[in-house]
Amino acid sequence: MIPAPFTYQRARTAEEAVDLAAEAGDDGKFLAGGHSLLPLMKLRFAVPEVLIDIGRLTELSYIRDEDGHIAIGALTRHHDLEHSGLLAAELPLLARAAGAVGDPQVRHRGTIGGSLVHGDAASDLPAVGLALDATLVVRGPSGSREIAMTDFFLGLFETALEPGELLTEIRVPKPGERGWSFQKFTKRAIDWAIVGVAVQGGRVALVNMGPVPARAGGVERALAAGAGPAEAAARAAEGTSPASDINASAAYREHLARVLTARALAEAASRN
Amino acid sequence: MKVAISVNGTQVEAEVEDRLLLAHFVREVAGLTATNIGCDTTSCGACTVLLDGESVKSCTVLAAQADGREVTTCEGLAGSDGQWHAVQRAFRAEHGLQCGFCTPGMVMAAVSLLAENPDPTEAQVRTGLEGNLCRCTGYHNIVRSVLAAARDLQQPGGRAPAGAAEPAGEPA
Amino acid sequence: MSIMGTRVLRTEDPRLLTDGGVYTDDLRVPELTGAAYITIVRSPLAHALITGIDTSAAAMLPGVVAVLTAADLPAQPEGGDPTAEPLLAGDRVRYVGEPVALVLTEGRYQGEDAAELVSVDYDPLPAVPGVEEALTGETLLFPGTDSNVAGTGTAGECADAAFDGCDVVIERTIVNQRLAPVPLEPRAMAAAWTGDRLTIWSSTQNPQLARGAIAGALDMDQASVRVITPDVGGGFGAKVAVDRDAIAVAWAAKHTGHAVRWIESRSENMVAMVHGRGQRQTYKIGGTRDGRALAYRLDIVQDCGAFNRLGAFLAQLTALMAAGVYDFAHAGASFRAVVTTTTPIAAYRGAGRPEAAAAIERAIDDFAAEIGVDPAEVRRINVVPPDKFPFTTLTGATYDSGEYAAGLGRVLAAADYPALRAEQARRRGRGDVVQLGLGMSVYVEITAGDMGGETARVMVDDTGAATVFTGSSAHGQGHHTAWAMLVQDELGIPMDQITVVHGDTDIIPEAIGTFGSRSLQLGGTAVVQAAGEVKEQARRLAAKMIEASEGDLELDTARGTWQVRGDPATALDWGQIAQRAGPDGLAADARFDASAPTFPFGAHLAVVEVDTETGKAALVRHVTVDDAGRILNPVLAEGQRHGGIAQGVAQALLEEVRYDPEGNPLTSTLVDYAAITAPELPSFELVASETPTSINPLGAKGIGEAGTIGSTPAVLNAVIDAVSHLGVRHIDMPATPERVWAAINEARAGQ
Repeated sequence: MIPAPFTYQRARTAEEAVDLAAEAGDDGKFLAGGHSLLPLMKLRFAVPEVLIDIGRLTELSYIRDEDGHIAIGALTRHHDLEHSGLLAAELPLLARAAGAVGDPQVRHRGTIGGSLVHGDAASDLPAVGLALDATLVVRGPSGSREIAMTDFFLGLFETALEPGELLTEIRVPKPGERGWSFQKFTKRAIDWAIVGVAVQGGRVALVNMGPVPARAGGVERALAAGAGPAEAAARAAEGTSPASDINASAAYREHLARVLTARALAEAASRN
Repeated sequence: MKVAISVNGTQVEAEVEDRLLLAHFVREVAGLTATNIGCDTTSCGACTVLLDGESVKSCTVLAAQADGREVTTCEGLAGSDGQWHAVQRAFRAEHGLQCGFCTPGMVMAAVSLLAENPDPTEAQVRTGLEGNLCRCTGYHNIVRSVLAAARDLQQPGGRAPAGAAEPAGEPA
Repeated sequence: MSIMGTRVLRTEDPRLLTDGGVYTDDLRVPELTGAAYITIVRSPLAHALITGIDTSAAAMLPGVVAVLTAADLPAQPEGGDPTAEPLLAGDRVRYVGEPVALVLTEGRYQGEDAAELVSVDYDPLPAVPGVEEALTGETLLFPGTDSNVAGTGTAGECADAAFDGCDVVIERTIVNQRLAPVPLEPRAMAAAWTGDRLTIWSSTQNPQLARGAIAGALDMDQASVRVITPDVGGGFGAKVAVDRDAIAVAWAAKHTGHAVRWIESRSENMVAMVHGRGQRQTYKIGGTRDGRALAYRLDIVQDCGAFNRLGAFLAQLTALMAAGVYDFAHAGASFRAVVTTTTPIAAYRGAGRPEAAAAIERAIDDFAAEIGVDPAEVRRINVVPPDKFPFTTLTGATYDSGEYAAGLGRVLAAADYPALRAEQARRRGRGDVVQLGLGMSVYVEITAGDMGGETARVMVDDTGAATVFTGSSAHGQGHHTAWAMLVQDELGIPMDQITVVHGDTDIIPEAIGTFGSRSLQLGGTAVVQAAGEVKEQARRLAAKMIEASEGDLELDTARGTWQVRGDPATALDWGQIAQRAGPDGLAADARFDASAPTFPFGAHLAVVEVDTETGKAALVRHVTVDDAGRILNPVLAEGQRHGGIAQGVAQALLEEVRYDPEGNPLTSTLVDYAAITAPELPSFELVASETPTSINPLGAKGIGEAGTIGSTPAVLNAVIDAVSHLGVRHIDMPATPERVWAAINEARAGQ
């Protein structure tokens, strides 16, 4: 219940954050809202020796309309995404999904950047990022670079971030196809998704259907080939490797993926 | 490291371990024990306080993260004249507590909920309290309490002055 | 007008809503200044030999006061009970979470750091993760025993021949799954030497029983131990007396002479506080095609966990209550209680009776489905009629009073049962994805079954204020409010002049405390009796003071004054009379021992919606009668019903403690253990019903566990009912979405 001892450092600018991270090396981790990291540290599953608090970098908390895309600062909290009028108008999928993360207290602290960087396939926002075909802007010791969401998730809790890199912005192109849906299946409202589906137009991404956040390739190909929602949804589990755990068997997850995808596609179609 | 946190309007400064959780800062450094700790996985919400007016689970915030900020706990809800907050009054009137352990966190979560959604439906109250566990009440009267507080707060004057806490034996 | 039966707000609440309760970890009393924090090192394995413990690294950490292991415990005499449970594991561990060592540190945060450095060598043994493995006897938990069966028993008798006359006989094996009580406040204790006495602060339901247990375990005089109960953040039966972890903490104080304090983390609580339920049940029910249930047998395998703390006793209670509310021609139950390499099982809200109700109510629905008769009708045909009370069941319980059919009728009327069945039929006709399920239970349960009685003292001082000392030990029930109501009613002293005290063995040395829904009927009656005795003392004194005969005097309870009947000029108030009684005022002790337990009863109707594509069930309505005799304060009674219902619903739909085949717990955090939250529940519809008992002068039975006992079977029956038209006949608890989906698939495959 108590984290192992560590040294706390507070970054006053994004640049300082990157410098502190370079100094700390493998011993350091960024601390944003802390609601992915601190729970792990309290159970001593994570024992970083240095925590670099980036939670006060208010300049990284924003939601801006930048013509063809929406720019979201990495430190924007789920609460602010949930209640953003701009997102309600332009990216309702993200607003809805952010509003379903954890509970209100968690949403007052957790950030979109923290969630994406944590790279948990059981989290909602990685799938939403994939469905929105977002691009991540990342800052490191040698400058900034962009990473496509589809190139970001590499393995179990493994992302394309290099050590010491700080995610600063998520750029989401304004969707051409406006139909969207977010289906999150849980036993209790507060639970992690047993399976989830995020749909934006013809892009379909899955929550908790494998160790890595992924798009439902079979469904997308079917849709692109002109299949209707039911027919496309039947392919939801293609190429996935869902876990069997205390919450569900792999077979049940595959079934849920199909059912939820069908519902999501139908709902998205009704919103077109 | 040194932290300075305003707790219920009073500056509390201390030299603390970097890893000190805000929940323990409140309980042991500020000496306010109404806020309770009921789990170690950010699940139960008993530790809920307001951080700059918004509900957070203080077990999952470092004191360091709250440095220079304002924390409000259940002990700080009543007005300076001792008059209870509408949520406190409502929990009493509607029997929204039994053993009381989840109550301070539940009350703070409710205060935050109503600040953001002053006229919630029952379903919104239930979902709004999804992060707060209670084992005693079955939530039935907690929901009634929050809805009653919402009605009370919407009266002209908002935090309607109701006098001191009701005397013992007050008929329901 | 009498205050009895009226809605009175709680006197406990102002404090709890402002400064908060003072729970054990909140204590800042001088005796605990500088107390060492205790962190317990626990076994990570389900079953293993301990071949060595190295505490040296831990002991060297700055701030570590002591590291204690079984080697520091007093030597146990030879030839003791091989199944006895030690304070700290010595040569063997038998469940994940079993205490192995205690680390005492100056600071709270150092505890976990030091505990990590205690190095224990384990030699793993095969796990016995459940009753099936335990029954094979391949691996025995206790060398020197010849099986893992810790106890057996029977109640009534129902041989195979009893089913010969039945048109229909159904046999089914079902599970009443292991649960975790999850009180919001985990276990906590503090201990300090004050002179030559050990003072204990304990989050317990029974300070006096705790004192006895601690004194016994530490080989001390009870007079040398004082137990104080601060506010307790929930108990639900899991904090009865004290368990070994707490006793080990007390021992650490005794052994080191140091004041200590301990509170476990939730993860520890999930594996080291007792679990509840844990039965594999096989029922056999037989009857006629027109709905008469004739014979019922229940065979139980009770999981005790690693030690038989209460397993056999719980199963015996299940057997006792097995026949439920029904008038069978033949009924019997038997049990085997077995040890497994898991957390010990003990009392959890209902403690043996929910298991009985769950089995019989499932069996009745099973029978109803088999013969195609509405389950409400089958119940009406078979419940004990009101004119047969007191009713002694074939399994040995004598029910004092009950109105079973009437209770069911009122619930069905309140819910508009025919309209619900019509809606169900419409949805079935349309083949809707979301189907409606209706489930009911009619239940009876036993309260104050321990027959231990309860104590009280009532005092009135020279200001006319009263103090009530009660043996009951509330942990959320509102006893202070309730007992003050009783005294106001008896003596006419207003509630705001009444203080209720509980939970200090120095002040209240003899008592049993709170469990088994006993407090109002036993503790409350003792309060009334003590108050009654004070009243008689006052009458005698007032007669002398007014110079009137006792028979001419009356107590005006509206004003709280004694006077000659019809002559208010003679009025004396309580303060004056108490002054006359002497420097200590008026005082009387009472002890109430009931002649028998009481049997609350009720009926629940659950309405669920089941998404037949995902299997997810949502409880949309829950209507209940929970009849516990005369209600003293409806506010308190309703609260107990709400809380009980919620925990019962949780068993039916969500909660389950699980272990893997190696005995590793899989649900040891509140992320994995699905404790029920507000969005999963509706507001409940409670129907009032009061059928008094003659067992005590209050006419009261116990309400605390009734809601739990009735709700679990009603909700499970509702989920099964929602998909019975698809061929589903049973689903084991918890009826998770996947279980429902699997049942639908299986039924479809079978058709």
